[in-house]
Amino acid sequence: MTIHEPLTKPPVSPTKPGTPASGGGLTIRGLHKILGGRTIIDNLDLSVKEGELVSLLGPSGCGKTTTLRMIAGFLEPDSGSIEVEGQEVSHLGAENRPSAMVFQNYALWPHMTVAKNVGFPLKLRKMSKAEIKDRVEAVLELVSLLHHKDSKPARISGGEQQRVALARALVQEPKLLLLDEPLSNLDAKLRVKVREDIRKIQQELGITTVIVTHDQEEAMSMSDRIAVMNAGRIEQYSTPEALYARPETEFVATFIGSMNRLEGSLKDGLITAGPDVLGIRPEDVILADAPFAGAVPATVERVVPRGHFQEVYVRRADALLRSFVNGEPMRPGLRTYAGIRKAMTFRDGRLVGEAGAAL
Amino acid sequence: MAITAASRTRRPLTLDSIVRSALVGLFVVLMVVFILGPLLWLGVRAFAGNWTFPNLLPDDWTLRWWQVVVNDGALGIAVQNSLFFAPLTVLVSAIICLPAAYAFARFDFPGRRFFLISLFATNAFPKMGLFVTLAALFYALNLMNTVLGILVVHVLGTVVFMTWIPAAAFAAVPRNLEEAARDAGASKLRVFASVTLPMALPGIIVAAVMSFLASFDEAQGTYLVGAPAFMTMPTQMYSLVLNYPTQVAAVFSILLAIPSVALMLAAHKHILGGQLAEGFQIK
Repeated sequence: MTIHEPLTKPPVSPTKPGTPASGGGLTIRGLHKILGGRTIIDNLDLSVKEGELVSLLGPSGCGKTTTLRMIAGFLEPDSGSIEVEGQEVSHLGAENRPSAMVFQNYALWPHMTVAKNVGFPLKLRKMSKAEIKDRVEAVLELVSLLHHKDSKPARISGGEQQRVALARALVQEPKLLLLDEPLSNLDAKLRVKVREDIRKIQQELGITTVIVTHDQEEAMSMSDRIAVMNAGRIEQYSTPEALYARPETEFVATFIGSMNRLEGSLKDGLITAGPDVLGIRPEDVILADAPFAGAVPATVERVVPRGHFQEVYVRRADALLRSFVNGEPMRPGLRTYAGIRKAMTFRDGRLVGEAGAAL
Repeated sequence: MAITAASRTRRPLTLDSIVRSALVGLFVVLMVVFILGPLLWLGVRAFAGNWTFPNLLPDDWTLRWWQVVVNDGALGIAVQNSLFFAPLTVLVSAIICLPAAYAFARFDFPGRRFFLISLFATNAFPKMGLFVTLAALFYALNLMNTVLGILVVHVLGTVVFMTWIPAAAFAAVPRNLEEAARDAGASKLRVFASVTLPMALPGIIVAAVMSFLASFDEAQGTYLVGAPAFMTMPTQMYSLVLNYPTQVAAVFSILLAIPSVALMLAAHKHILGGQLAEGFQIK
């Protein structure tokens, strides 16, 4: 039986919040906002590198949309600075900022055709009719909607409206693209396709992008980096991989992916009572029909089919654990052996160590 | 097979259903007679010479009454006056009420609800009582028998729709459509002109049509304040009914109805054909 000692080195995220961006991109320092007597944004720092796609991820009410609206200029921060490509913008109105926003419900103007919607920002910039036409057609080509240019928004599907909204933002050639829950009004299938489209276009154009979302899968699959927000603060700001493998706080660990949350600590592969909180990812609970190092006899209590895998609840002497299992369907009552491959230890909500058995 | 048989026998032709459809039919006929009957009578009356009881149709037909109306100077002036006051009322009412409507829709100021409700004051009291007090005031201000006096009376009658309907229309414009326009680089004025106003326009047109008709049909106040210096079509109706053969009154009511019907049809086409219908799918 092998026990691995807890990690002595505290986990470090690749980029600490507040690191100043070099040159381009977006830099937010000390952003603060109180609405109706409640602190919505609490001294927030964030830096987004040029050409990077960053998601603000968090539960509703965490302040992610408020942050985005302050970046866009629809809401004035109480204090703090917002710099886009080195230029301070927090004193500017939305119409004078170098950012363009895609709204949650697209906010297309129903009395204008698709081409007029997309061309409106250019019309405001006093471009010639011919140039507007060229640019509008080019950007509609990019989102493959040229055939709908004379349709009214009400006549096209939700996914198409979403792309028109994106085209209307892109046509402005913004230094910063802001997307507010861009996929939440689409059905599940379309959501996957559109998020790939957005990511592809974003990378092609190399445009600095901030996306607000409450969907962790969406954030994980699109972003270069994710800022997990909770109660007006950034809990952790790192790559999707690091966020999952090395969550800095219990909140992040619970919010990203799923986790067996148990009180106690891991000793010799067994969970013993204690003041700390253990976080065990279901894929780190290993089941086998023969005993193996670190395994303890267990009984299958409940099986939830999840398509390409099963969610299995196993009862060990020390705890009830949830595991993700591939392969043959399991049945309740089955006797098995369960071992814990890796566990995270949290004290006062913060990660203090990681323990695992070599399985 | 079983399904078709079932659906065929679903509504058997019983006595009960026959009676029911007969009653519905009778009701429809009564409604048609009730609504269209007087109009039909009016139409026939306007072209009738002698019409003796109990004949269903007039004894002879004539265009004489139309000539009387067209040739009568006073009646011509009444038509002119009506066509002068109604559009002017809409214009003045729009200038006064539309900014107020926008404010009611978009800003939360102290006393907002109170002011909104108090607009109904002019409609809450009997019109005649209001006009009599108004007349007393107008004598003091030398507004009796003036264009301004009549205009005040007409605008008063339109304030409620010209504020409430456009306020609802402005409030119905989603905020983020305005924000999207600002984000695109539009100034506040430009946002209003390019997004808010066009989207609220169907509601404003409805309010304008209602105001036009209210002004066009206003008789009591106009008579009290304007007669005899300013006679409009509805006030002229009073003297017509008293002083001319009924056929002239019939001709005149048809003339009075033409602008209303034309406006209603135009508004109907514009509003139900426009983006309002598209947005709410009521086409």
